[in-house]
Amino acid sequence: MGKQTALYEQHLAAGGKMVDFGGWDMPIHYGSQIQEHNAVRQAAGVFDVSHMTIVDIHGSDAKAYLQRLLANNVDKLKTPGKALYSGMLNEQGGVIDDLIVYLTEDGYRTVVNCATREKDLAWMEQQRAGFDVSLTERPELAMLAVQGPNAIATVADIFNASERTHMAELVQGLNVFQGLPVDGWFIARTGYTGEDGLEIMIPAEQAADFWQALLAQGVQPAGLGARDTLRLEAGMNLYGNDMDDSISPLQAGMGWTIAWEPAEREFNGRAPLASEKEAGDSPKLVGLILEGRGIMRAHQKVVVDGIGEGEITSGTFSPTMQQSIAMARVPRATGDSCQVEVRGKLVAAQVVKLPFVRNGEIVCK
Amino acid sequence: MSNIPAELKYVKSHEWIRVEDDGTVTVGVTDYAQQQLGDVVFVELPEVDTEVGDGDDIAVVESVKAASDIYAPLPGKIIAVNEALVDAPEKVNEDPYGEAWFFRMELANADDLNELLSADDYAAECE
Repeated sequence: MGKQTALYEQHLAAGGKMVDFGGWDMPIHYGSQIQEHNAVRQAAGVFDVSHMTIVDIHGSDAKAYLQRLLANNVDKLKTPGKALYSGMLNEQGGVIDDLIVYLTEDGYRTVVNCATREKDLAWMEQQRAGFDVSLTERPELAMLAVQGPNAIATVADIFNASERTHMAELVQGLNVFQGLPVDGWFIARTGYTGEDGLEIMIPAEQAADFWQALLAQGVQPAGLGARDTLRLEAGMNLYGNDMDDSISPLQAGMGWTIAWEPAEREFNGRAPLASEKEAGDSPKLVGLILEGRGIMRAHQKVVVDGIGEGEITSGTFSPTMQQSIAMARVPRATGDSCQVEVRGKLVAAQVVKLPFVRNGEIVCK
Repeated sequence: MSNIPAELKYVKSHEWIRVEDDGTVTVGVTDYAQQQLGDVVFVELPEVDTEVGDGDDIAVVESVKAASDIYAPLPGKIIAVNEALVDAPEKVNEDPYGEAWFFRMELANADDLNELLSADDYAAECE
């Protein structure tokens, strides 16, 4: 038996099919992954993401420390609550993990992946040398992601119904990529599905009641399976699939998260990344739509005629598009078509810019 | 709990086998298998008239989650395939023992049927 979140009993009660995920017992689905996926695209779904690791960063050098630790620049965060997506890189410019960092009233809050927790914490601890910084994990917080076009209104309704109108107002006033504390909760307008929605950190003992309130409003419990198809349609990277320690952000479609200015900021991996950027020949991450029959899966070979080969990093069936889609790392010169080796056969695929789906609409051409 | 009809035969790789009146067999995947797979989104069938050996991988069923091979339960020849599954792969989830049959076979040797698992044996395999 793995570790259990504060919502474990709720998952069982909702019919969750539990699987091991990075040492945690988590629901892969509650009956139908596709139905859960569609509920998030069309209305609202809730995911238990309590297995993710929340780390608060305090101390007089917190900003300087994060400016070394992250490829993006936390100096962009000017007001408490603002959030930034970034890679945390090693000295070689490989991605140790991707994370979100929030500016808080008295420091920063980061949310890192569960499967990489120990590696991340060891690296963050090691990088602390020479900085006046403290790292505090927050295992006492549960985390729920409420996602979909109706997500924000539904959460506001729940708060209003329980006379927590100040929380309803806060939720309705949040800007995209902003998170704020209220009554011991931390509510952010972020997500991993390509839909509008909230990620809510909440004292673990209050999580079950809030979960039940969401379900009572018709919010669909959604498992890790739907989370994966939703994020893939949204063109969002999954650590360990689309990037890892050996892949630079330039090759993982995360070039936009590298803050090159100011030039004097020495973040980990800057020099090798700068050389790679100047050489300009590293592979790129693209979207693929399979034209023939079959389902693309991670690690299948991509063949680009006359140019070279690449690899599928994530592939699945897209419930929204009703066909197979994938993310793939391919030679930079790749044009608008390629072939994918699906179970021994070469199948034609169209190369598109990510994402595939955003806010319920198919946006790739 | 999965449904394991008593009148069918089974193999460990989760195919069911129904012996028809004319001695041919119909093959599909079990309720247990479809539950494990989750939402089925793609099916690839063998070609009619193909000679298959025991345990050959001859078809594919893919769910959102994963791809699985379908094996020939016994040696023989494929005599029909269920083309309707290609357009409606979700039938594998909805009606695994009915509309979602995969293919029919003429067995090389009818005695081979004795090697198949009974419903009770298969139920024990699934535990």
